[in-house]
Amino acid sequence: MINKEFRSQSRALKRAFWIFFTLCTGLLLADLLYDKHAILKPEAWFGFYGFYGFIACVVLVLVAKELRKLVMRKENYYDER
Amino acid sequence: MSGSLLPPFAPFLIAALLALVVPGRFRPMLLLLAPVGGAINLWALSEGGGLETELMGYRLELFRADSLSFLFGILFHIAAFLGGLFAFKIQDRLQVASALVYVASALGFVFAGDFITLFIAFEGMTIASTGLVLARRTPMATSVSLRYFGVQAGAGLLFLAGALLLIEETGSSHFGQIGLDSLGGILIFVAFGIKCGFPGVHTWLTEAYPVSTPTGAVFLSAFTTKAAVYALARGFPGEEPLIYIGTAMAVFPIFYAVIENDLRRVLCYSMINQLGFMVVGIGLGTTLALNGAVAHAFADVLFKGLLLMTMGAVLHQTGKINGSELGGLYRSMPLTTGLCIVGAASISAFPLFSGFVTKSMIMAAAAEQGYSVVWYLLLFASAGVFHHAGIKIPFFAFFAHDSGLRPRDPSWNMLGAMALGAGLCLAIGIHPAPLYALLPYPVDYLPYTLPHVIAQLQLLFFSALAFAWLKMTGLYPPELRSIIIDADWLLRRAVLPGVRGFAGIMIRLAAGAERAGERPARGLLSQIFRVHGPEGVFGRTWLTGNTVLWIAALLGLYLIIYYT
Repeated sequence: MINKEFRSQSRALKRAFWIFFTLCTGLLLADLLYDKHAILKPEAWFGFYGFYGFIACVVLVLVAKELRKLVMRKENYYDER
Repeated sequence: MSGSLLPPFAPFLIAALLALVVPGRFRPMLLLLAPVGGAINLWALSEGGGLETELMGYRLELFRADSLSFLFGILFHIAAFLGGLFAFKIQDRLQVASALVYVASALGFVFAGDFITLFIAFEGMTIASTGLVLARRTPMATSVSLRYFGVQAGAGLLFLAGALLLIEETGSSHFGQIGLDSLGGILIFVAFGIKCGFPGVHTWLTEAYPVSTPTGAVFLSAFTTKAAVYALARGFPGEEPLIYIGTAMAVFPIFYAVIENDLRRVLCYSMINQLGFMVVGIGLGTTLALNGAVAHAFADVLFKGLLLMTMGAVLHQTGKINGSELGGLYRSMPLTTGLCIVGAASISAFPLFSGFVTKSMIMAAAAEQGYSVVWYLLLFASAGVFHHAGIKIPFFAFFAHDSGLRPRDPSWNMLGAMALGAGLCLAIGIHPAPLYALLPYPVDYLPYTLPHVIAQLQLLFFSALAFAWLKMTGLYPPELRSIIIDADWLLRRAVLPGVRGFAGIMIRLAAGAERAGERPARGLLSQIFRVHGPEGVFGRTWLTGNTVLWIAALLGLYLIIYYT
């Protein structure tokens, strides 16, 4: 799944990514440590905000990619006439 | 009435008039002196009551001092100072005078207590902001500014019609809560909605701001839309349609922001997204929600101004603003990069940055009032704004692939303005109490609770994780040289060509009618010439005797008619 461009990145950048992944995991596990006072029910689910954020962004980008087919034009689109 | 004091717009108007006459090198000074003088005047005004005058029997309330007006007044002075410092090297008469008139009008607008003053300020903003768009002086900017002016002036006409209906109906020109129960109210609502960037009538914003000058965009971003937020909060708090309109505003622009290439236009889409949160807050109408809406407007002017300043600096230094042509600038513009990241963190509502303490009030109000679908969509928009404004802007401008460009950080005044803006974003985020004290209602809200901080960090980190994953797998769409069509397509490809086509048909019809009418017209003309020309009956020189004879005959005729 991981493409060539990423594999060729520098070691420092790869290390930064691993630190970032660790932080994400830590934040997810932090959910176990405190009482939630949720206004809406799903807010109390384990890792709700994390999963919601991840899925929201993937959906956002994939939908936007499709939207491009519909609304993207050449830079001189409005000058043609 | 506070004797020798001026209404808040006056210092800026005086500075604008001076800007027209003083030599170029003194003009930038006016950009800083006006907000400083204005702030001193405003501070003195805060002690006293209102300022009033009279026009054609109507009371004009030039200065209404209440907490809502006051908050926006302070905000506009800060924004004017930051914009003035950023533009300190600009000597262009058109830009400086337009900017000052623009600020004056915006201040006139938020302190106006009646519809007539409000209308004059409304039109002042329209004209002055058009000057700022025009000041880029490219053919593109000229044609865009014409469309921009058309939309703004149209909104002004709707407002005027609505205001006249309301004055007729109620007999009062006072500007207070309006509501949507009358036609006049609805017209004013639509007029404010256009200025606020409601979906479908938002394209004047995404079209015009990115074609204005680097400094012009900073001014433009601060005033028109926030004045509209103020006006909606004053006239239409708690109107339910605003909740749904605002949710649409928060959600749809983020899709556009992901694929747009012009980074200043990305910021315009994210501006509509942030305005959406404010509009939802006004629609919810509770004290928490209204506090949240105006607090978020305050925070937004600062972080959006900061982000537009950093992108303006990039444009100023490189002449480029498309994501596809930038990248790797952190090497040579480290300070701008850092300040941009502060702005990005603020708009993304990271804990300790301004968006965190303001946007969450609106979210909490939506959840408390049971608008769960709205809440889920706003949360989606929150993740999305981090994605496109928080990550995309700094990433594609300063990191990503190396564009080979090595511009330096901009001049001291631009860096100073950005640093001040960044400092304010952090100050509000770390210590929100002074901002909360300015809000129209007492604040009973604690942003820094453990669950809130963890929840927000989870949302943001996992959004970033999604970005990283999409980048690593190559699923993320690359920045492409392109333009994205929006609702302006309707105006530019259907309405305007339609109007042009209609005008063409009318001209052709008129030409046809002229040809068809030509022969009878020529006949008529030659007839007139035959009678009145040099050789005509009426063209001859007559003898006085003949005339006397004619007059005698006429008098005789008159006598006969009279006595019979």
